[in-house]
Amino acid sequence: MLLDAKIPGGPLASKWSEHILHSKLVNPANKRKYHVLVVGSGLAGASAAATLAELGYQVSCFCFQDSPRRAHSIAAQGGINAAKNYPNDGDSVARLFYDTIKGGDFRSREANVHRLAEVSSNIIDQCVAQGVPFAREYSGLLDNRSFGGAPVSRTFYARGQTGQQLLLGAYQALSRQIGLGTVKMHPRTELLDLIVVDGACRGIVVRDLVSGQISSHLGDAVVLGTGGYSNVFYLSTNALGCNTTAIWRAHRRGAGFANPCYTQIHPTCIPQSGDYQSKLTLMSESLRNDGRIWVPRTPGDRRNPANIPDGERDYYLERLYPSFGNLCPRDIASRRAKEQVDSGRGVGELSNGVYLDFSEAIGRLGQPTIQARYGNLFDMYARITGEDPYRVPMRIYPAPHYTMGGLWVDYNLMSTIPGLHVVGEANFSDHGANRLGASALMQGLADGYFVLPVTIGNYLAGPRPAPLAADAAAVRAVEDEVRQRVSKLVDNDGDLSPTHFHRELGRIVWNYCGMGRNAAGLRTALDQIPVLREEFHARVRVPGSGESLNQALERAGRVADYFELAELLCRDALEREESCGGHFREEHQTEEGEARRDDVNFAHVAVWEWTGASGQQRRHTEPLAYEAVELTQRSYK
Amino acid sequence: MNLILHVWRQASPTARGRFETYTANDVNEEMSFLEMLDVVNEQLIANNQEPIAFEHDCREGICGSCGVVVNGEPHGPHRGGATCQLHLRHFKSGDEIWIEPFRAKAFPVLKDLIVDRGALDRIIQAGGYVSVRTGSAPDANAVLVPKQYAEQAMNAAECIGCGACVAACPNAAAMLFTAAKVSHLALLPQGQPERTQRVEGMVARVNAEAFGHCTNHGACEAACPKGISVDFIARLNRELLKAAVLPPQEP
Repeated sequence: MLLDAKIPGGPLASKWSEHILHSKLVNPANKRKYHVLVVGSGLAGASAAATLAELGYQVSCFCFQDSPRRAHSIAAQGGINAAKNYPNDGDSVARLFYDTIKGGDFRSREANVHRLAEVSSNIIDQCVAQGVPFAREYSGLLDNRSFGGAPVSRTFYARGQTGQQLLLGAYQALSRQIGLGTVKMHPRTELLDLIVVDGACRGIVVRDLVSGQISSHLGDAVVLGTGGYSNVFYLSTNALGCNTTAIWRAHRRGAGFANPCYTQIHPTCIPQSGDYQSKLTLMSESLRNDGRIWVPRTPGDRRNPANIPDGERDYYLERLYPSFGNLCPRDIASRRAKEQVDSGRGVGELSNGVYLDFSEAIGRLGQPTIQARYGNLFDMYARITGEDPYRVPMRIYPAPHYTMGGLWVDYNLMSTIPGLHVVGEANFSDHGANRLGASALMQGLADGYFVLPVTIGNYLAGPRPAPLAADAAAVRAVEDEVRQRVSKLVDNDGDLSPTHFHRELGRIVWNYCGMGRNAAGLRTALDQIPVLREEFHARVRVPGSGESLNQALERAGRVADYFELAELLCRDALEREESCGGHFREEHQTEEGEARRDDVNFAHVAVWEWTGASGQQRRHTEPLAYEAVELTQRSYK
Repeated sequence: MNLILHVWRQASPTARGRFETYTANDVNEEMSFLEMLDVVNEQLIANNQEPIAFEHDCREGICGSCGVVVNGEPHGPHRGGATCQLHLRHFKSGDEIWIEPFRAKAFPVLKDLIVDRGALDRIIQAGGYVSVRTGSAPDANAVLVPKQYAEQAMNAAECIGCGACVAACPNAAAMLFTAAKVSHLALLPQGQPERTQRVEGMVARVNAEAFGHCTNHGACEAACPKGISVDFIARLNRELLKAAVLPPQEP
C-alpha cells in the first residue's frame, strides 16, 4: 500500500496557499460534466455537497436519515474554535495550530493541522453570513468563550446548540442547491458498498430504506462524510443510527484504515441506569468550568452526598492537577474517573459515577448566574435522572464520544483508493490521538467548505478513467454481492436480535479496549470477538423482508460491520505499544499514572490494509515528521 | 411497572392500518419511552414477529427524528421535550397508552409510526436560507447584530423540524415551522436582501403541499419540544403583508 501524503514543500505557514496555487483547476465550463457523489449530510458532507454544487459540479447527496438536517453533527453542544483573536487575548493561527497538535499528543500531521487553523476564521465568516445566530455581546459583536481548558477564548457558540445551528446553516446552503436542481438529494438511502474498478472508485451501491431496492450510482468521484464509529462500544453519545458501514466497506475495497485505536471518551456524560439503556447522554464539558468533581474518600461510602463532610471527600482532579484542576483534558479527566470507580469509590445506585458538584459555585455566584450559564444542561440532567442538580450533585461518567481514527487520507483528503475522498470525522486527519473540545465542528466544516472543493480538482482534472456503463459486469457484481448479504441476514434461521449481539460486542470492546487497555485484555478481546461474530452470523434473527422498510435489517448490517471493525480496533491498540491521547496502554505509564509516549518507535500513523479477511489486515506506517514543533510530554500538573 | 400499549401498525403507505395491543412488562420509570419500545421490540423479535417501526436517532431531543402521538398528544404528556426525552416516570403501572404516528395529510405514513416529513424540507428549499456562496463572506464582525435580535433569532432557529406542530394543529398547518425559519432570518441583517422573496417562496410552497391553514389555535406552541412561540406566526404574517404591499427591494 503506497502512502504518499502529498504534503506540499516549503515553510509550514505557506504550504496551503502554495498548494491552492498549484492545485489543478477544472475549467468552469466543464464542471457540470463531473458528477460527485457525497455520502453523508452532516457538517462535512452537507458543506461539501453545497459548495461543490455552487462551484458548478453535478452533485448527488445521500443520507440514511429522513432528512439531511438530522445528521449527528446536530448534537454538538459546546462550540467551534477559530483563531479570530477577537478577544485580543493572544490567539493566532500559530497558537491554534500548536494547541491542536499538542492536544492530539503529537500524533497528527503538522501540515494538515496548520491548514485547519488557517481556514478556521473563514468558517466563522461563512457561518455568520449564512445567518447562524452565534452568541453576541451587547455591542452586537460576536462573543467568545474559553472551552475545554483552552488558554484563550477562541470558541464561538450558539447557546448549547452550536452543532445544531452550524448544521442547519450547512443544511440550508444544501437546500438552496437542491431547490436550484444542482444537488439531487437521496434521503433514507444507505450506502452498502463501493464500486471500485481498476483501482479507482467509480460509484456506490445503496439500499433505499423505504422500498428496500438496491441500486448503484456512478460518479466521477465519491466523498464519504459518514462520521465516526463510537457505536462500536454499543453505548456511546452518538445517535443510534451512526455506523461504520460506509468507511468499513471502503476499507474492504482497499482504503487504508488509520489509527482505529484512537477513540475519545468524553468525561461528562450521565452514567448508565440499567441494561435496557440505548445510549448515553453527553453534557457539555463547559460544566467543568464551575463544577467540582469528587468522590467519597472511603470506598463503598453509600451516604447521601450532603452528609459527607468536606474532609471525607476526594477532589481528585484538583489534588492531582493543581494548575488545571477540573479543567484538565478530556482523556485525563476520563481515565481518572474510571480509576475512582474501579477502586470502589463510584457513586449512585450502580456505583458507576463521580460527583460533579455545583454547590460551591452556587454559593459564590448565586443560583441565577449558574442558571444563566447552564440552565439548559441542568434541565436536561433533571429530565433524564429525575434529580435536581441545583440541590444534589450531578453524577457523571465518561462515555465514548468521538473517534479520531478513520480512513487514511492524503493532503487532498483522498483515500488510498483514487477517487474516494473522505471528510470530517470519517477521516483520520487532524486530531492525532486526541481531539480538543470545539474542534470537531471546525474540522468538519473546514474539510467541506474550504479544503475538499479545492483539492478534489487534483483528482478530477487528472486523467479520466475509461467510461463505465451502468450495467457493466463490474457494477452488477457488486450489486449482487450486496443483495446476497441482505438476503443472508433476512433468511438466516436465527433466534437472537441484532441488538443483543451489538450489546455483547460493546461489552467486550468497552471492557478491554475502552479507557484503559493492556496486552492481556486486548488478547482476550481478540479471542472473544471472532467467536461472538460467528455466533452472530449463525444466530441473528431479522424478521420481515428485505423489500420493505426494515429497521432490524438495517441494524443487523451495521452490527456485522462493527464486528470486523472491533477486531481491527483491538489489534491496532495491541500493536501500539505506547500511551498517547485517547489510547492508554496501562503498561506504558509514568510513575504518576500519566500516559508515556514512545516517540522513537511510534511517531507514525498506523494504516491497515485489507487483505481479504477480518483479522488479517496488514499494518503499514506513515512516519510523522515534525519541523515546526518540538515533541514534549503533555503536562497539566 | 407494567404498561398496556395500543400501537398503530401499518405495513406500508397503501396498507390499511390498525391498533395492535402489546404489554410492556417489568419496565421501570428510569427508562425513556423509546427504550420501553425497544424492550417491546426485543420481545417481538424473540417471538419472530416484526418489530414496531418508529423513527429515532440522537435520543437527546435535538435531531428531530423521533415523534409519535402518545395518548393524543404529539411527543406525549410532557412539555418542552421530544418523544425521546419522555421518561416512564410520567406514567404509572397499569396505564393504557395509545401510540400513533403524527397524523397529517402532508405526512403520509410509511410504516407503523414512521411518516414522510419531506414536505418540511421542501419548504426550506423554497427560500429558507441566505444565498451566500462559500468564500464570499465578509469578516464575521463586519456586520453588527444587536444582542436582543440575535437572541430572538436564536429562539426561532432552535426549531428541530420534528413536525409536532403540524401533528398538533387541528388544521395540520405548518405555520409554526415556516414562521420559525422566516423569523430567524428576517431578524438578522444577513437575511434582509432576500427577505421578500423568502417569505413569499416559502409560503407558496406551504400552500402547494397538503398542509392546512393557520387559524391561530396555538396547539403548535404547546406541542413544540423547543417551546417556539406563536408570536413568530404573527411575525410571518407581517412579513407576508409587507412583501405584498411594499415595492420590492425597498426597506
